[in-house]
Amino acid sequence: MARFVARRLIGMIAVLFAISVIVFLIFNVIPNSDPAARIAGKNANPALIARVTQDLGLDQPYPVQYLTMMRRIFTGELTSYASSQNVAEQIWKGLPATLSLCIGAAVLWMALAVVFGYLSAVHAGKFTDRALTILALVGISVPVFWLAAILLYYLSFKAQLFPTSSYVPLTKDPVDWLYHLILPWITLAVLFVGFYSRVLRSNMLDVMNEDYVRTARAKGLTERQIRIKHVLRNSMIPVITLFGLDFGAVVGGGAILTETVFNLNGVGLYAGQAIGSLDLPPLMGVTMFGAFFIVLFNTIVDVLYAFLDPRIRLGEAAPA
Amino acid sequence: MILSVEDLTVRFATDGGTVRAVEGVSFDLAAGEILAIVGESGSGKSVTAQTMLGLTRAPNTTITGSVRFDDKDLVQLSDRDLRAVRGERIAMIFQDPMTSLNPVYRVGAQIAEMIRAHRDVTKREAMDQAVELLKQVGIPNPERRVRDYPHEFSGGMRQRVMIAMALSLDPDVLIADEPTTALDVTVQAQILRLLERLNAERGLAVVLITHDLGVVAEVADRVAVMYAGQIVEDATLDALFYDPKHPYTWGLLGSLARLDQPQPGRLAQILGQPPSLTNPPPGCRFAPRCPHVFSKCDSPPPLVDGNRCWLEPEQKRVLREVDGRIGLRKAVSP
Repeated sequence: MARFVARRLIGMIAVLFAISVIVFLIFNVIPNSDPAARIAGKNANPALIARVTQDLGLDQPYPVQYLTMMRRIFTGELTSYASSQNVAEQIWKGLPATLSLCIGAAVLWMALAVVFGYLSAVHAGKFTDRALTILALVGISVPVFWLAAILLYYLSFKAQLFPTSSYVPLTKDPVDWLYHLILPWITLAVLFVGFYSRVLRSNMLDVMNEDYVRTARAKGLTERQIRIKHVLRNSMIPVITLFGLDFGAVVGGGAILTETVFNLNGVGLYAGQAIGSLDLPPLMGVTMFGAFFIVLFNTIVDVLYAFLDPRIRLGEAAPA
Repeated sequence: MILSVEDLTVRFATDGGTVRAVEGVSFDLAAGEILAIVGESGSGKSVTAQTMLGLTRAPNTTITGSVRFDDKDLVQLSDRDLRAVRGERIAMIFQDPMTSLNPVYRVGAQIAEMIRAHRDVTKREAMDQAVELLKQVGIPNPERRVRDYPHEFSGGMRQRVMIAMALSLDPDVLIADEPTTALDVTVQAQILRLLERLNAERGLAVVLITHDLGVVAEVADRVAVMYAGQIVEDATLDALFYDPKHPYTWGLLGSLARLDQPQPGRLAQILGQPPSLTNPPPGCRFAPRCPHVFSKCDSPPPLVDGNRCWLEPEQKRVLREVDGRIGLRKAVSP
């Protein structure tokens, strides 16, 4: 276990390093991305641009610029080119909204995906299955920004059932927090409900043909016991893997669209603004933050995996 | 008779047509008897076994005939009533002990699950019984092993776990569907010894499904030979080996490698392939491969005195002399 964690940590550092280098390089080859020219303003003369360039350290060689930026990330000194705000502080400020959005949506999408996937598999080929299949495909196909806009227009603006959102901290008013988050949760969860219920359905149909399910039947268990204890339980293993990846990705900035449309002041909204203004430091900060979460949840899932599937042992080869 | 199968027919509707997997199978099982059902792959022996416990029930399956057990017809029984029979009265073990146990649960939990499905006992009590059962089937260190996962057992030990589970409710009948096929020969022998012992000690009646005549010779009291979904010969063990009555059985016996007889240059074989079960021959199903086929074989022979063949006993005695030694190879080679 200790060796496993150590190996994972080393891997994590390698991944973060690679990602940071790639983001840095991409940023520097984007046309019109020179921050000095942007900051100096529209009518800047070359001397002013040169001075800003010098101030920001942009006249240094790329490796030096990269190292400076990374040092600032890890010391928390990184500031935005555009607004001079501290990046770490901004991310930290956005975290409650992002976590509220993501955790709530994750609970919703897992619960619904399990219910829908289960029903779909149990009634495979029948009306319920077909209806859920269509729903799932719709859920997967609907663009998040469109769904969000539709929900906002009809449920908030027209029917006045929900507030036109922004984030209300949980600590301030739990009921209002929930009320403001329901639409964003639905918006973010819909894609995953569709996708996960399809995955679970096909896993369950595979597992239903396993010999141990026949054994369970020969033991005299009820169909319900067989489906839940043997079929569903074993079918969840791959779903949990997916969940780890997706949850990490969503927390790490994958909810940009949802946060933007619902005006939730989270990490995703911050990232969206940084992209809009081609502001490298926040982008770098958010990317590292996101990558960190993805790698972190991947690791958690791998550990969880060993509990879900006892054939997998961490850090050693499985016995033949 | 503890169990009596009467004219059992199982058909599966598939895209390629109706598969007549089992066609009019009848046999009886006496209490304490070991009945072997032998046949090659696709002969319907496993389908027969699984149908007895309703494991082949599905929307695309048609099952007719009856399986009489305890004044009940298992074919007609509702799913709910059948559940009470499964495991409790008739237990079943399967071919591949690698895949027949759920990999994510400890073996003790899987045995306890079966006990608790039928008996009102606590988890603790069920686990204690599981330990006792593992001990009975010869698993060393049962107190520790009960907490191991299936993948931590060898194939033979896993089959012992399956047997322990099957015994947990003290059933009257054990259906063993190719229980030794996936195992090493030495382990096979151990498992067969174990089945024999349980049969002798508990009076457990066993239906042993196998394609291996060696296994049959080891343990069976009586043998039913299946071919293309039908029983072609049903005889006591001695009668089958010393006085086989069906040309298919002659072929099977002729194809055995035997140490107690002169070695032929090569093993005899039954030429050709078993017929398609979607479109079986209209007459005797073995006719297309039988070297002794004659006019009568165009109509299906009935099972008379445990033998489904039109040949007269006297003809058989003569023909068998030839086939028994060289198999059916020479007789039908082109």
